[in-house]
Amino acid sequence: MTLAIHELEQLETLDEAAIDRFVESHDFPLVEGPSVTFLFRGQVEAVNLKHWVFGLESTLPLKRLADTDVWSLTLELPERSRIEYKYDIHVDGQRRWVHDPFNPLIARDPYGFNSVCATEGYETPEWTFDDKDARPGSLEEHSAPSQAFGGRRPLWVYLPARFRASRRYPLLIVHDGMDYVRYASLRTALDNLIHRQEIPPMIVALTQAEDRLGEYAADPRHARFIVDEALPFLEERYPLQRNPAHRGLMGASFGAVASLHAAWSRQGAFGRLLLQSGSFAFTDIGANKRGPLFEPIVGFVNQFRDKPGRPAEKLYVSCGTYESLIYENRSLAPLLQSTGMVVKYVEARDGHNWENWRDRLREGLSWLFPGPLWMIYE
Amino acid sequence: MPPIVILGPQRHHVTVGDAARALGVDGGLASITAGWQEREAEVEELDAHVGHQTVNLMLHRRVESIFRRDRELREAHRACQDQLKRLQELYRVRLEHTLGMAQNLIARRKRVREELVEPEIEDAFETVRRLDRHHLSRIVEVNRRFWTEQRPQERASVLEHRYELAEILDRCAGVAIAGGHVAVLLNRLRLLDLKPLIETKPILAWSAGAMTLAAQIVLFHDTPPQGRGFAEVLQSGLGLVPGVLPLPHARSRLLLNNRARVTLFARRFADFSCLTLGDRSRVDCHDGHWRAVAHVDRLMGDGQLQPLAEDAA
Repeated sequence: MTLAIHELEQLETLDEAAIDRFVESHDFPLVEGPSVTFLFRGQVEAVNLKHWVFGLESTLPLKRLADTDVWSLTLELPERSRIEYKYDIHVDGQRRWVHDPFNPLIARDPYGFNSVCATEGYETPEWTFDDKDARPGSLEEHSAPSQAFGGRRPLWVYLPARFRASRRYPLLIVHDGMDYVRYASLRTALDNLIHRQEIPPMIVALTQAEDRLGEYAADPRHARFIVDEALPFLEERYPLQRNPAHRGLMGASFGAVASLHAAWSRQGAFGRLLLQSGSFAFTDIGANKRGPLFEPIVGFVNQFRDKPGRPAEKLYVSCGTYESLIYENRSLAPLLQSTGMVVKYVEARDGHNWENWRDRLREGLSWLFPGPLWMIYE
Repeated sequence: MPPIVILGPQRHHVTVGDAARALGVDGGLASITAGWQEREAEVEELDAHVGHQTVNLMLHRRVESIFRRDRELREAHRACQDQLKRLQELYRVRLEHTLGMAQNLIARRKRVREELVEPEIEDAFETVRRLDRHHLSRIVEVNRRFWTEQRPQERASVLEHRYELAEILDRCAGVAIAGGHVAVLLNRLRLLDLKPLIETKPILAWSAGAMTLAAQIVLFHDTPPQGRGFAEVLQSGLGLVPGVLPLPHARSRLLLNNRARVTLFARRFADFSCLTLGDRSRVDCHDGHWRAVAHVDRLMGDGQLQPLAEDAA
């Protein structure tokens, strides 16, 4: 198959009009089978593709098409891949990162947004979109006192639609919970999955740390806050099922470390763990190479690998194959399984980002908290 | 026997009021909403659609009260339910293989001559049907043991409610059975032995309510978040609409455009008319015969859907 960009290159007359027609008649990045063509247009000195796919050079130069203002790069990417990227452009000796002006698909995160490229076979899951049939849950805001950290901590609580104080609910505590709501459609996912009976109506507590890289890095104060302070605070105010099987912790990246560490420190408190792209750095010998932020994590994970115990009964662990953390997560999965815990380990062709974590919510939540969809016909 | 009307789900398109008026029972309707569990009493919308206050039989609450009073019965019932749950798990393990085999053979139909593969497919289906029958017989046995040992029909805790229910139903012209949790609903109907009390009345039922009236209760979902989505026989139902397998929300729960999946379902349950029940659907049943009145398709063995005309039977 001749790629569209090559056909453009081979035109006898490569003028402005031909380029305009080419740009207008295609969507970018241009996905043709396994080939993906990235395109930039502008009077610049250089353009680089900046992406976060572990395994590829993180900066890949686009090539200028003859003496035009068109720059392109074609990569081979496996099907069902999803990557986030930006362009690093050089103008007048200055460099700046911009999103792809030809691509309306973006993914937001706490640092802004990236352009998104999805290859054949990837589709944004339909349950991440608003469903007019799904009754919406509500969000209540609290401020929980914490002796562990001193002062008070914000805590948001999602209550499912048709919440009844007379009924008891499972509890899930989500690290970086409001980020999950903003960037991973957590609230919509909960509304939809509960509506479809794929998970039971549940209460979901959303935490945000003041210093997540410190507090989530196996900090004993955090485990104390979750188990001794947040949990009783929630149990006092909401009708929760008092059984570890109906209690879960969830988090991504450092939030996954915080979840595992809290459950491991207080075994028996939480029966369910949803760990996404966990920063489970460890060393077999020698020093940690990921930097000082990871030091306490490496200490914890090394200890955990030595004596994993039984931090929960059932775990869902996921990681993107384009993440540098894939090695750590792949290493963790068999260790968890060897303890007799029920573990589901899932990989996706995606990176360390919120939409990767969003896309696994249905599978993870319904695995840990199966809903009554087989039984309910309303 | 009085008529039975099976309706589609009522959340978006409410047809129960019209159906009740057509049956002439809109003036005195008993409602069974036990499938709604703790929301059982919230029948305001239903009453508004029917046009009068229905008499809510409150089966869920009654059984809760029976269990509070009669702990022995509660424990025995719980043990029985645990056994049923375990049996369902064992059945699921076997079903995964037997139905998976039928599915694999169906997938080979394009590559293998029909006269070679078709007898294998039919035999695979017979294996699945045999498993379904076996499972159902085990379920019946567990239930029978519970009834023989506990004799709920003779216990004061149950009888008191049953007398009251008989009196209430005596004054009602018909019964409406809503959807919800199908096992909870069936358990309540069974424990209070409601069948002889309601079968003498015109019945309107939808969703899980319709499923409990069938001879068999089949749970179904082609695209669950976990597992292969193989339909499961749960229990025998009340058997008031014996030839029909009602499939509420079929459009969202089944892959009706997938001929292999439709074939898998229809041929496995070939003893029944597998009927899709969506918005505005209506099937009238009388003396063991049924007639599709509106918006009903039947799942066919060749994987197609047969739209049913008004005079289908």
